[in-house]
Amino acid sequence: MKYEDIVHRCFRCGYCKLTGDYYDFNCPAYRKFMFETYSPGGRMWLIRAWLNGEIKNSERFQEIIYSCATCANCVEHCVFTFSEDLVNIFIAARGELVNKGIIPPTVRDYFKNISISGNPYKEPAEERGKWAEGTPVEEYKDQEYLFYIGDVGSYDERGKKIARAMGNLLIKTGLSMGILADKENSDGNEVRTLGEDGLFKYLAETNISLFKEKGIKKIITLDPHAFNAFKNDYPDLGGEFEVYHYTQILAPLMESGKMTLKDLKLRITYHDPCYLGRHNGEYDAPRRILRSIPGIEFVEMEQNRENAFCCGGGGGNFFTDILGGGEDSPNRIRVRQALDTGANIIAVACPQCAKMLDDAVKVEELEDRIEVLDIAEIVAKAMG
Amino acid sequence: MSDIYNALAGIVGENYVSYQPEELFFYARDPGLMPANSPDYVVLPKTSLEIQEIVRLANREKISIVPMGAGLALTGLVIPLKGGIVVDMKRMNKIIKVDERARYVIVEGGTSQGFLKSYLEKNYPRLRHSIPDAPPAATIASNVIIHGQGRLTQQYGFNSDMVSGLEVVLPSGEICNIGSPSISPDWFSKGAPLPDLSGLFLGWFGTTGIVTKVGLKLYPKKKIRDVEIFVTDNEDLVPDMIYEITHTEMVEDVLIFSQPLPMMFKDNHHVSFYLTGDTDEEIEFKRKIIWNALDGFIRNKDGGFMSIPPAMKPSLLEMPQTSASRLADVKKGGGFEYSGPIITVEKYPECSRKLVEMSSKYNLAYSGMVRIIDGGHCMMFGFAFTFNRADPDMMDRTRNALEEISEYVLKIGGVYWKPTVAEQKVAIERMDPNTRYLMKMIKDSLDPNGIMNPGNWEVN
Repeated sequence: MKYEDIVHRCFRCGYCKLTGDYYDFNCPAYRKFMFETYSPGGRMWLIRAWLNGEIKNSERFQEIIYSCATCANCVEHCVFTFSEDLVNIFIAARGELVNKGIIPPTVRDYFKNISISGNPYKEPAEERGKWAEGTPVEEYKDQEYLFYIGDVGSYDERGKKIARAMGNLLIKTGLSMGILADKENSDGNEVRTLGEDGLFKYLAETNISLFKEKGIKKIITLDPHAFNAFKNDYPDLGGEFEVYHYTQILAPLMESGKMTLKDLKLRITYHDPCYLGRHNGEYDAPRRILRSIPGIEFVEMEQNRENAFCCGGGGGNFFTDILGGGEDSPNRIRVRQALDTGANIIAVACPQCAKMLDDAVKVEELEDRIEVLDIAEIVAKAMG
Repeated sequence: MSDIYNALAGIVGENYVSYQPEELFFYARDPGLMPANSPDYVVLPKTSLEIQEIVRLANREKISIVPMGAGLALTGLVIPLKGGIVVDMKRMNKIIKVDERARYVIVEGGTSQGFLKSYLEKNYPRLRHSIPDAPPAATIASNVIIHGQGRLTQQYGFNSDMVSGLEVVLPSGEICNIGSPSISPDWFSKGAPLPDLSGLFLGWFGTTGIVTKVGLKLYPKKKIRDVEIFVTDNEDLVPDMIYEITHTEMVEDVLIFSQPLPMMFKDNHHVSFYLTGDTDEEIEFKRKIIWNALDGFIRNKDGGFMSIPPAMKPSLLEMPQTSASRLADVKKGGGFEYSGPIITVEKYPECSRKLVEMSSKYNLAYSGMVRIIDGGHCMMFGFAFTFNRADPDMMDRTRNALEEISEYVLKIGGVYWKPTVAEQKVAIERMDPNTRYLMKMIKDSLDPNGIMNPGNWEVN
């Protein structure tokens, strides 16, 4: 296994499962299950034991390995020099399970759906661009930017609303952009994090070819997961593009004062998506956008920026739901953390986070106290 | 599925009990060098009442119970030597009360050091506790149960001396308050003016009950904290230096470290002392007093103040010091272990020489980590070696070095701190027979079925 020469170096000291100020456990899988085995250190010791033959593959072992949301809290807080590789090690272990064909059924189904239908929803490709119907968003021809939506924004009802809001917004700002509609493919970020390296390479190479064929140089992504794949993984496969998350495009436009915004009397907190924040270091752009909207009172959650608590949807868990269920599921914990701020809006910048937190608000029966809105939706409101 | 599993699931809920091989593997070992032994079950209780039920079940079934904090003692104290139920306490992590004026806190038995530190910083910025340099996941309860030490130990003694009350589930299942909380709502004392029963639990490694709540004394937190390092290459003078520094009563913590690398540190003894104050004037006053106290050593060219590089200072001032954990990866192998006897400061020179001798004999990278306790009555001398977990030979050499040190420290008057089971046996053998008999009476009386962390502090 790749990284096999590192796994013995974990001291299991536990810095990895905490926030930087030690105020709380911040590993979503550990918070849910609370057995040490589900912490990053637990995984390290179990992976080593599995490689050494001291434990066997089992449903429990698979659950432990696949419960990692790849949120990178451990990467942020581990005190050792190999910290950068922690999530990579867990992904490599998943890769070993994939190669041996011993993975949870939900993970298997995810791969099957991607490879057969091109998306996890088993929907036809023609449906991909349907979200844009009735909007002025056009297909990509030779515009300056490709607006890449991703699976969740294309097929999930909640995601589609966000895609529409952002699509409309980009057009209103006068930005030259287009979408691939039914020609868009899965970006592969979750395929990679779930350990199917071969399928990921296939998806990435297909996308890279398509982008090059169409002369695409600049990409704006709706979803931080796609942003991460394009920015960090595609270059190694020959895909060098100028990649932005939409908040990075929107923030300077908002601050330019050229957009007419009305007052929004809202108390808003912001949930950092792991693939925008910890994985790519973008904490400021979403906050700059929110702070530039008149009337908004912005409040931080206790666990924010590098210490943000993951919604539990990362690393494929959005689709496999290994972290779902129960009052200690990460999305429910995160919503309660947001509620503690007194905010009435949880702003997000990721369709996966939006869906995860939306579901949690419903389960917690908090619909009359707090609402989840993507930043695109908030800005759309402010623009009237 | 066994009856015991079903009973445990009935107590804590099935999500919080496991007999799966993965949990049994992990909870069978700690990060140190002791041999593993598997539990039969691992449970994660949420309340004292759940623990009470678990203890009663264990008595009925005559099955062992091992309470566990973060499992970071390194000497195998939570390895379930006779199987049974490991009770992982970390779901019991609430801070129940802070009495700001009486300066104490009441925490649940699984509350971590890091959480308390952070909670106080956010809510009571004028209060602090004696945080150890163990990783922040270490729990308050387990630290006082092993007589841990922390940042205020030089001033106020072992962290267990700072306990201000306990709630304990006895081996027979009763929930018992110890100290002032036994007759008062206020948790200000673990004993005085009553008979001090806390000694029935502190230092016993969970063999006499499970601590489910801890009252802990808090202390003033000053606005400024700084560190100075006085360096000498003559270990024989270190006890004199410590005597002079502690005589001033001006310092918070006093540590001594020695290590062969980087080269500028080789053969030196670094006496680090920490100053606290609310104003620069206060700090400067204390600094001046200590400088004066050490002036003779400087004039005799026996030592001097080290110029601390700016990049090094944050690391010296952080609490807990992450460098203590990083020691584990010096050999890129994820392991370190130390023998940390409690011994008088006068024994520093010979301990220091022994550390270097053992390092050379067994070809190991060493670090000397010393903390002065209670104004200099004694010190914890940590003979620390880092090892590579993937190198069985290096692990054996580390074990052998520690065993030799273990023999040595008793000979020179030391007492084991958080001893391994083997060291506990040696300590019991060499103990005054009447003390041994008293320990046996206490243990037999409290835990007649021998279910509590058996193998530890066993007097036969």
